[in-house]
Amino acid sequence: MNDPAAPHVAFRDLSVHYGAKQALAGVTLEIPRHSIFGIIGPANSGKTTLLKCINRTVDFIPGVRVGGQVLVDGDNVFAMRNVFALRRRIGMVFPLPVGLPLSVYDNVAYAPRMAGTARRDELDALVETCLRQAALWDEVKDRLELLGTRLSGGQQQRLTIARALSHRPEILCLDEFSIAVDPVTTMKIEDVLVELKERVTIVLVTNLVQQAHRLADHVAFFNDGRLIEAGTTRHMFSERPREQLTFDYVRGHFG
Amino acid sequence: MSSASAVSAGTVSAVPATRFTAGKVEKRKLLVERVAAGVLGITTSALVVPLVGILTVLVVKAWPALSWAFLTQNPQNYMTSGGIWAPLVGTFYLVFISLAVAAPIGVLAGVYMNEYAGDNWGTRIVNMAVVNLAGVPSIVHALFGVGAFVLFAGMGRSVLAAACTLAIMTLPVIITSTREALSAVPKSFREACWNMGASRWQTIRTIVLPNAISGILTGVILQVSRAAGETAPILFTGAVYYVAVPEQGIASYLPYGLWDRCMALSYHLFTISTQVTGVTEGVQYGTAVVLIGLVISVNVLSIGFRVYLRARKRW
Amino acid sequence: MVQRFSTRLGLLGEPLIEWTIRLCGWSAIFFVFAIFFFVFREGAPLLFGTLDLTEFFTSVNWRPDSRIRPQYGVLALIIGTMSVTLLAAVLSVPAGLGAAVFVSEFCPRRVREGLKIVIELLAAIPSVVWGFIGYMVLNPLVIWATGAPIGINILNGGVILALMSVPIIMSVGEDALRAVPDTYREAALALGASRWQLVYKVLLPAAKNGLLAAALLGIGRSVGETMAVLMATGHAVQLPSSLLDPVRTLTATIAAELGEAVEGGDHYQVLFVIGTLLMVMSLVVNVTADLIVKGIRGKQNV
Repeated sequence: MNDPAAPHVAFRDLSVHYGAKQALAGVTLEIPRHSIFGIIGPANSGKTTLLKCINRTVDFIPGVRVGGQVLVDGDNVFAMRNVFALRRRIGMVFPLPVGLPLSVYDNVAYAPRMAGTARRDELDALVETCLRQAALWDEVKDRLELLGTRLSGGQQQRLTIARALSHRPEILCLDEFSIAVDPVTTMKIEDVLVELKERVTIVLVTNLVQQAHRLADHVAFFNDGRLIEAGTTRHMFSERPREQLTFDYVRGHFG
Repeated sequence: MSSASAVSAGTVSAVPATRFTAGKVEKRKLLVERVAAGVLGITTSALVVPLVGILTVLVVKAWPALSWAFLTQNPQNYMTSGGIWAPLVGTFYLVFISLAVAAPIGVLAGVYMNEYAGDNWGTRIVNMAVVNLAGVPSIVHALFGVGAFVLFAGMGRSVLAAACTLAIMTLPVIITSTREALSAVPKSFREACWNMGASRWQTIRTIVLPNAISGILTGVILQVSRAAGETAPILFTGAVYYVAVPEQGIASYLPYGLWDRCMALSYHLFTISTQVTGVTEGVQYGTAVVLIGLVISVNVLSIGFRVYLRARKRW
Repeated sequence: MVQRFSTRLGLLGEPLIEWTIRLCGWSAIFFVFAIFFFVFREGAPLLFGTLDLTEFFTSVNWRPDSRIRPQYGVLALIIGTMSVTLLAAVLSVPAGLGAAVFVSEFCPRRVREGLKIVIELLAAIPSVVWGFIGYMVLNPLVIWATGAPIGINILNGGVILALMSVPIIMSVGEDALRAVPDTYREAALALGASRWQLVYKVLLPAAKNGLLAAALLGIGRSVGETMAVLMATGHAVQLPSSLLDPVRTLTATIAAELGEAVEGGDHYQVLFVIGTLLMVMSLVVNVTADLIVKGIRGKQNV
């Protein structure tokens, strides 16, 4: 089952329609374990939809139709009965930072409590670990009762990461996490990601091509709902990727 | 430039118009605006002033009768004098029971409509139903109460039947204000919880409802005043002309059983002003003033609550 | 400030809660149908039996208690309802919309909040209190001002209903005006329009659907009003010839006569038939108003 060589996430001929509009068409892709997988492409290329398929939050979109398969560790997510368990295996970070209107402590303790952890000492340890991993602990350790919504944007984004880590995910997905956040925080988070990839598979959607170059081990390029090309970072950013479109996008000729 | 404004003024005026003084057209526009503002202001005052006048008359005429005894004594001498204790307690009963019935159903219905209902024809029908329910005339509610609760459900004319009738009447507004309170909670909170593996109900229970409860309470409090003031729905479902009720002790606070008929302040006002002869004027106006006071103080409470909550917003 | 959330409910608990919620959500539909069903049911035997519908709608003879030959003509009652509602509309719609415009566009900001609270409190005054005001305060005033023999009549009822409807018309109308985007206002003022021109030429046309809905809601309230008209319009079932004539409305008739009608008897049943009629009338007015309001929301593409 957990064959280290097998891909962690695999898409097989995935297509997604929102009503009449097609968001993804025939995507076949594999994401290897314990690496940072970058997904790049211009706006409306289907990148966010791809992430939402992994943890099945596409289900919440009215009028959505999904074809094909998404396999996590070989199991089709769309055939899973306990979708909540699936979502707990995957951490998700959005572009806009969201602090829940609870204390910082309760923000991070939310998911563990939902899953049944109630002992104070266990929660304390978990909260500290996650906040440290998200590079936020030093800034909030004396103010854990502070309301999550009162943190700065960069702090809230790191709080979101801490929340995403709080349910011990095997996969961490980040959707353009840096667009609403200052460069210093971005740097801190990028360091966190590099450290995390030893234990967690990271799927990083970004519109900052340089960020993908910096962080990702593999990169997939999407345009207009289709997978154009995927490969190692070196290949994708080299002088000779397979597709001309890839070359143009990576060089900033469009998008 | 100055010739241009002279042209736009229509004719050549005796005083040469410079760039920034008003020409003839502008002066007329300004006059029309002032007149319009004046007329509208007078209209608005014409509404507020007589109302203030009426309320003053009411208070003045009620003054001689208002006292603690008025509130705690029963009507006496065939209701021509005395106080309003029995009707007052009756109103509290009716309000409390009707809200105990309406609030849970209404809040959960509001939760359904804002959190679960999709964008389909079923939802549209439910929407229409709530609007229709809100538009039913109060006397039709009374007829429904008679047909459904008094007769069909076998409650007979009773506090319970009257309270149920009032509950159906207040239901649509509770539903609507719950929906509004829930939709004020940002969608991003819900999405954050869903992505952590929380179910819809868990998200509602832990994040959405606690942050909307204040708005919901405001809506429910407003219905308290409405339930207290309505007469027609209780006319044939449980309100009674007169019933003797203890004035002292615990029994005076719990005089009515669920199956008894009760007096009610709103109905009492109706009877002592139009059905009974020889009632002291002070008693009549006093009853009216107490009812208004009750209703307005509940509304002021709700408004104050709203203001307090706006200041305490958590996001 | 650490919160305690209980752990997940068992596999059974949560669907149960969600089904309860769903049930409550659909309850509104259930109650609307129930109201129609139960009101209709009580009057149905007469309606499908001996009630002469032509006489019902066209005769002014309302003599339900006559031993010899009971007559159930509600025309006079319908005219009564319409005359009071019409007078109330003529008074309240211009005044309410005018006040809406004033509060929305001309009023200084600090006064606006206070005024809105006052209007909200006025809207909360119960109808029996309005009826009381009509019967006790306005009654002698009308007699003094017009020399009529009785002070409770169409004039009294119409004024009271108008005072009751104005707060609704004003607040819904103000919402409609506030819904017009500020960009309209800025554009008009930048072109040199005075505030009145802005209102008359730009805002009123832009908000006309919402203002129409406001007026309809106010009128709808007047049609359905019971206690205030019962106390303020008098008890004469007759075709009025002037504003100073007392009349009886459909709603007041039910309120006044149901208490004495023998349960299950013809008089009792015809009152329920009138109730059905009232329900249909109010529903039409309110649904129209709601559709108009939804129409503007749908068309709002600015």
